[in-house]
Amino acid sequence: MGIVQPIATRRSATGILTGKLAVWWLIGSEIVIFGGLLASYIMMRLLHGDWANEAEHTNVVIGATNTFVLLTSSLFVVLSHYWAEKGDRDKAFKYMWLTILGGALFLCFKSYEWTHEIAQGYTISKSLFWSFYYVAAGIHGLHIIGGVVIMAFISFDLKKGKNMHRAELIGLYWHFVDIVWIFLFPLLYIAK
Amino acid sequence: MSAGSSPKKYVKVWFLLLVLFAISVIGPAFEIRWLTLITAFGIAGVKAFVVAKEFMHLNVEKKIVSYMLGSMFLACVLFYFGVAGDVMNSKGQHWEKKVYKVEKTKASH
Repeated sequence: MGIVQPIATRRSATGILTGKLAVWWLIGSEIVIFGGLLASYIMMRLLHGDWANEAEHTNVVIGATNTFVLLTSSLFVVLSHYWAEKGDRDKAFKYMWLTILGGALFLCFKSYEWTHEIAQGYTISKSLFWSFYYVAAGIHGLHIIGGVVIMAFISFDLKKGKNMHRAELIGLYWHFVDIVWIFLFPLLYIAK
Repeated sequence: MSAGSSPKKYVKVWFLLLVLFAISVIGPAFEIRWLTLITAFGIAGVKAFVVAKEFMHLNVEKKIVSYMLGSMFLACVLFYFGVAGDVMNSKGQHWEKKVYKVEKTKASH
């Protein structure tokens, strides 16, 4: 019996492969989730000028370091996609794991940052600013965890030369997570 | 992925993103409101555009994807302006925010 390719790589009723279309739809729904959250935050921030005093306590150095880490991991995942398309399994696998490392580093910095803030009394219930801060960064962090886990699974397929198209699919998701952080960083850390 | 894609090109895009990132951190340090808005938020938009175009390859993707994502973004903008009128004001023609009223009373005492 011959190997049957998954429908995600065979069917393209819209001219876009089904698997890729599904990821675009997922990203579309994520735009509404994060967009709604950020729009609410901007609205409240404009209404409460005193939130600037609360934002003074966020750690810009860690926020900036995490921005650098995510931008770099975005480079790694697009390189993984590039080498997957070229059929170079080893390079695709290597860059996928460098991306995973970026995600793990991001989470380590975030854990350190949150531990420090909570120890200082800046908890989720301290004020509306901190509620937004923990919810927005927390949901984003959950997306990082999800992405890291999925990439770990995909990486072993890449190593075997199976389902190479998935490097692109997880890459799209990872770039979106990066874009969300690009907006979260100035909103939560820079605007004092 | 477009035909002109290469690891060298991706590294160049990454370097551009780092330059933009540096500007977005340095600009607000001057504490000038308009400069902060341009450097922090304006450049965030530019960075997002560069990532979407060069890393997500939206420039070579079918147009329907851009329309789909754009319509989702538009939904958020509509949400914002749909509720901003109520949220941003403390009172309207036949209503007044209770919280605002309490704060006003406290301030007068």
